[in-house]
Amino acid sequence: MTAAPEAVLADQESGAAAGPGPAGRGRVILRRFLSNKGSVVGAIVVVLLFLLAFLGPVISKYSYTEVDFSALREAPSAQHWFGTDRIGHDEFALVVRGLQKSLLIGLLVAFFSTVLASIVGACAGYFGGWADRVSMFFVDLLLTLPSFLIIAIMSPLFKNSSWLIFVVLLAVFGWMITARVVRSMTLSLKNQEFVRAAKFMGVHPMRIIVRHILPNVASFLIIDATVAVGGAVIAEASLSYFGFGVQPPDVSLGTLISDGTSAATTYPWLFWFSAVMLVVFVLAVNLMGDGLRDALDPTSDRVSRKQRRIAARQAAERRAKAANGATTTPNTTAGSPA
Amino acid sequence: MLGYLAKRLGYYVVMLLVAVGLSYALASTSLNPRANFEGRSPRPSPASVTRQLDDLGVNPDTPLADRFGTWVGHLAHGNLGQTINNTPVTDEFKNRVLISLRLLVVGTILGTVCGILLGAWTATRQYKFSDRAAAGLSFLVMSIPTFVLALFATIFATGLNTWTGHQIINFTGQSTPGLSGGFFTHLGDSLVHLILPTLTIGLMLIASYSRYQRNTMLDVLGSDYLRTARAKGLPYRKALFKHGLRTALIPMSTFFAYGFLGLLTGATFTELIFGWHGMGEWLVNSINQNDVNSVVAYSLFAAVMVLIAGFLSDILHAALDPRVRHA
Repeated sequence: MTAAPEAVLADQESGAAAGPGPAGRGRVILRRFLSNKGSVVGAIVVVLLFLLAFLGPVISKYSYTEVDFSALREAPSAQHWFGTDRIGHDEFALVVRGLQKSLLIGLLVAFFSTVLASIVGACAGYFGGWADRVSMFFVDLLLTLPSFLIIAIMSPLFKNSSWLIFVVLLAVFGWMITARVVRSMTLSLKNQEFVRAAKFMGVHPMRIIVRHILPNVASFLIIDATVAVGGAVIAEASLSYFGFGVQPPDVSLGTLISDGTSAATTYPWLFWFSAVMLVVFVLAVNLMGDGLRDALDPTSDRVSRKQRRIAARQAAERRAKAANGATTTPNTTAGSPA
Repeated sequence: MLGYLAKRLGYYVVMLLVAVGLSYALASTSLNPRANFEGRSPRPSPASVTRQLDDLGVNPDTPLADRFGTWVGHLAHGNLGQTINNTPVTDEFKNRVLISLRLLVVGTILGTVCGILLGAWTATRQYKFSDRAAAGLSFLVMSIPTFVLALFATIFATGLNTWTGHQIINFTGQSTPGLSGGFFTHLGDSLVHLILPTLTIGLMLIASYSRYQRNTMLDVLGSDYLRTARAKGLPYRKALFKHGLRTALIPMSTFFAYGFLGLLTGATFTELIFGWHGMGEWLVNSINQNDVNSVVAYSLFAAVMVLIAGFLSDILHAALDPRVRHA
């Protein structure tokens, strides 16, 4: 019943979002993303690290639990690519395993905390009143105590549990600021015509949130989730470093850095491989997030420059091909002039 | 303005009470103080363990509400209870809080001021080499977890000391133990010990604040009122600072409140890595020893610090933005 008018509205929406010009929104975004060298490098590094994390155990000669008594604290060699630790574990196998755990935790935490943040934020903003007040009180409350503190206090409860509990904890205490942003975006979307039209047509509120509100904050959520992967990996490593996260015999980048710290100057391979891996991964994810922000969010200032560059290039192409001027990009003047 | 601030303060007090209650409940249910006594040798009898737990007010068999009531009763007299080693929590708190505050305050001021200035400056030099270099470096620093940054700093200092053959940068602990000399020797020693931890915290803050400040400043630089200010003959620098920076700082006040959580956590990690006997070390030790009262004391400290930062950002917001002040 409500599907027909809604579908029309949705069509208009996606038509507006695609912007003028023949290229679809997806292709425009992809082109903008690819025009940013940093983000392309970031994306490639992220893919390579994922390959290393999941194919590494296959190509490694040793398993991360295996102990080679003939090689204690040996420097990197053909036998042990990243050297060995104090009791003869193969450092390559350990780093690869730790990377895998850290990446999995980072991805899962970013996914769940973003989902939680978008649900709470959109509901608080859309329904207002008590729902808003109660959820924002919780947000403020959780922002009063550092999540590091809460998770560290709760860590004895989960000493012998699976690392998935740790994922749940990191996600449950990491969604608050995103939820606040989603809420304020929802507040301004709520009064726009297409949302009001849907509302007066009798569309169910949850359907409005899923069909009209969330798609309009999707760019923000995608960017935020990407950066959140880096943040979650940092949080995981920090907690594990101080013994409140991943527990032995399991390893993560945090526990490996912790094991290698005391030997950082004498047996550098025990520290540097895991530490550099962690920094490189977070850096790559942040670069990717930055490129996504430029590509997806046409109001940020760096985009206006990028778009101006694209527009200039397109203008040049137009002149060259003597085509008509249908391919101007929107929002060229939206950002701040330099 | 006072009405607005009073309202905010009231909200923060409620928040503080709920947060402390929550952390008390969390610490009491997840830590197991009995394990600490049972791990001692010779192992005390169960009856004596129970008696000691009762004395500390952390016996898991007493209903949580009763324990919390007793704790609040003590708190009303400025008493935070006893640690698991039967010393007053308040004494430990007093010994450690100044050490942590030293790092936190010096680091915050340095990081915030430098970050804001760097951000404002790079905004005026958009897309020039200095802007790009600052952006790249901030990006790199923001991608390094604080504890790794602190570790890098210690490794760098160790390398420097071995290379030159002198202890140029002392970084273990907050001062050299058993140092003889007058007031200035001790002061100098403390300052040297402050260098690396403060740099760690400062760099972390400068990186994120400068990026944010640059963005808000760029919004302001393109505004009509700044052009008007220049058009009526105000010198560039004056227009920039009186009209530009002031407005660009308003969104920063909110960012400061949120950023403080990360700062507090970062300072805790930094302290731990540099071996300072501050609040962070106390927290980690207390959790490992199942010391409920000390953990709650740390939570109280953390919550008070976060809310002070929130209140400061409200004051700043009201001072900068007349719409808030006269609302």
